[in-house]
Amino acid sequence: MLLPALLEAQNRYNHISKEHASLIGKALRVPLADVTGVIEFYTLLFDKPTAETIIRVCDSPACSLAGSAESVDALTAQLNTTPNQATPDGQFFVESVPCLGMCEHAPAALRGEEPVSQATADKATSLISGDAEAPQGIIYGDERPLTARCGVVVPTSLEDYLEHDGFAGLHNVLAKSPEDVIADIKTAGLMGRGGAAFPTGIKWEGAANALDDTKYIVCNADESEPGTFKDRVILEEDPFSVLEGMLTAAYTISAKKGYIFIRGEYPRAQRIFEQVIAAAYEQNYLGKDIQGVEGFDFDLEMRSGAGAYICGEETALFEAIEGKRGFPRIKPPFPTTHGLFNKPTAINNVETLANVSLLMRIGPDQYRQYGTEGSPGPRLFCLSGDVVKPGVYEVTEKTTLRELIYEQAGGLVGKAELQAILFGGAAGNFITPAQLDLPLTFEDTRAAQLSLGSGVVMIFNGTRDIRQALVELGHFFAHESCGKCYPCQLGTQRQLEILERVNHGAALPGDLERLNDVGWTMTDASLCGLGQTAATAVLSAMEHWPELFEEITVSPN
Amino acid sequence: MTVKLSIDGKPVSVAEGTTLMEAARKIDVDTPVICYHEATTSEGLCRQCVVEVDGWRVLAPACVTPVSQDMHVHTDSERVQHARRTILEMLNATVDLSQAPDLQIQMDDYQADRQRFPNAQVRDAQVLDDNPFYVRDYEKCVMCWRCVQACGDDLQFTYSLSTGGRGYESKISTFFDAPMPETTCVFCGNCVAVCPSNALVSKTEFFMDQGLNYDQIRQEKRKQRKQMPRK
Repeated sequence: MLLPALLEAQNRYNHISKEHASLIGKALRVPLADVTGVIEFYTLLFDKPTAETIIRVCDSPACSLAGSAESVDALTAQLNTTPNQATPDGQFFVESVPCLGMCEHAPAALRGEEPVSQATADKATSLISGDAEAPQGIIYGDERPLTARCGVVVPTSLEDYLEHDGFAGLHNVLAKSPEDVIADIKTAGLMGRGGAAFPTGIKWEGAANALDDTKYIVCNADESEPGTFKDRVILEEDPFSVLEGMLTAAYTISAKKGYIFIRGEYPRAQRIFEQVIAAAYEQNYLGKDIQGVEGFDFDLEMRSGAGAYICGEETALFEAIEGKRGFPRIKPPFPTTHGLFNKPTAINNVETLANVSLLMRIGPDQYRQYGTEGSPGPRLFCLSGDVVKPGVYEVTEKTTLRELIYEQAGGLVGKAELQAILFGGAAGNFITPAQLDLPLTFEDTRAAQLSLGSGVVMIFNGTRDIRQALVELGHFFAHESCGKCYPCQLGTQRQLEILERVNHGAALPGDLERLNDVGWTMTDASLCGLGQTAATAVLSAMEHWPELFEEITVSPN
Repeated sequence: MTVKLSIDGKPVSVAEGTTLMEAARKIDVDTPVICYHEATTSEGLCRQCVVEVDGWRVLAPACVTPVSQDMHVHTDSERVQHARRTILEMLNATVDLSQAPDLQIQMDDYQADRQRFPNAQVRDAQVLDDNPFYVRDYEKCVMCWRCVQACGDDLQFTYSLSTGGRGYESKISTFFDAPMPETTCVFCGNCVAVCPSNALVSKTEFFMDQGLNYDQIRQEKRKQRKQMPRK
């Protein structure tokens, strides 16, 4: 309970004083040094006073393209302050933060707990006063089996959910044995949508077969990958589908307790999900003997992240729920046998769980009508950057990048030429216009040595300087490295230093080789996926555009 | 159950659950380490003991990777050497390794360029001299976690220290930067004993380095002990 207690103190007093930290540590019997260690790890926790209202402006690539740096300048100028410094009256505190998961509304901001869209410099006044516009989900797609309810139902209304095919999947599940549910999921070929594409059926089978009376279901709603915002849209607009997926998982692996871990930067999604949990308890979709099925008991608790991208890594997320610094664990053992509180755990991403609800409603055969043989089911992509219609795209049949960008998303803003696409996420690759005919399937991307990742398609037009984007990515990974293993702790910093030199046209002799060595060492020797992919975009850019990295030889004259 | 594998082409048979590091020692192959210590829990931090396993996507830390049947392990391949050398070069650009003799030897062994990263920002760290028993010179700290582990569950159960900060700004923290006498520290000295880089150094050694003689050291330490708060 350490993290919830610290977040509560932060919310009430705008920081965590030594006195409060000491009280919390003693009440929870946590060593005081560890309390400090936890406060220092999470960026939403401060041990010194901040201000009544913190205004956070996203500085990740999509928002940067849309002018977020200018927004910060305008805000601090109007408030007569500097970033990370409270105004003298203690009212405001402005900071630049990594991706807020609202890339389709770039530049995005959070004013206290209120998300703000298009927070451009000219809207600084309304952002300060709190009259700025709140973003809504934008979803496109010819057929939208997965997101059909988004924007249609009242997200917190269980009745509305029931009227729109809600819980139909769960009722099918309750008529089957857990083995049959696993068989259905395997037949459907569902693969995780969080980035690693692990087969969900195999994961659940492992957790179901683990011998332990206590097991957990965890929903990973720590969506923080720059360029990714699909999970936010599902959480805010169709949250019951996620709950239904968790109930299916609980029934299948015999878990009595679950957690949904929603990142701290999604306060609106958290408010919605709290109401969803309350409504579900009221209508016996949570609690004891759920829907009259004797012995089917399941309790669900929502937990908030506190500002750490690494907590999207499943074992780091467990550590955060356990009230520790979000360090990833060594694997094996894997979560299916040694997960949360060292118990067998099934942990799934938001979109994956929504897919479970869909496939259990329509059945695996119908589910496989969507997608391709190797990539069954609908899949969400997040388009952002220099594109006419940024948003979430639900793709249900074989579609190429070219079709997605030019036919569905309206092409580039101002009919500009395409320079590059950041594909899969900040941990993904840069790709060039030559690869536009790539079909957006698991099998085709793998053959091209790419990864769909979390479905990110971030578009850069010909006027953009890729070196600037690389510095932003380098800054992101240096900021988000947890510091546990040396390659990532040291490498993300060394990588950033070199990228900054490159961006300033001041590369030193040997920098290209240094960058390459640092990148491959992180890729090859880091402990977790964060470090192993912290150089992927950089290495891909070096391959495509080596000329960008060449040292500038200044003549002595 | 016995597991058979090969290490650097030589067949090895060991019990199930043995780590690659232990298995390699059976054939007199030592993997270099920074964070590893017999007395503390292996957390696979430094990655200096990484080895290459046929068919694996990434390198494996030998200290925590258990053997498996028919594994083919290479402890000194080009990939391994490259990673070890680069880790040493990056670390050397971060902290002061001048009093870490093992790491100096490793840098020679792997032909690490001590000037590999020009203009690198060194880690922001302090020298903390706040008690009569030891000095904490964090400019030399390599973040191996051994002191935190020795202070906590691995040896002393006093929990005065925690890992703090994050990423490159990682550090060893006390509660709100409290000086050691104001923490739960009992001055057992286990943290000093396990420190690999002389970041934690006994007061006697610290004063000797400053050229004080035996009597001066005794007086200096007595003076400081009197200033200690009573627990």
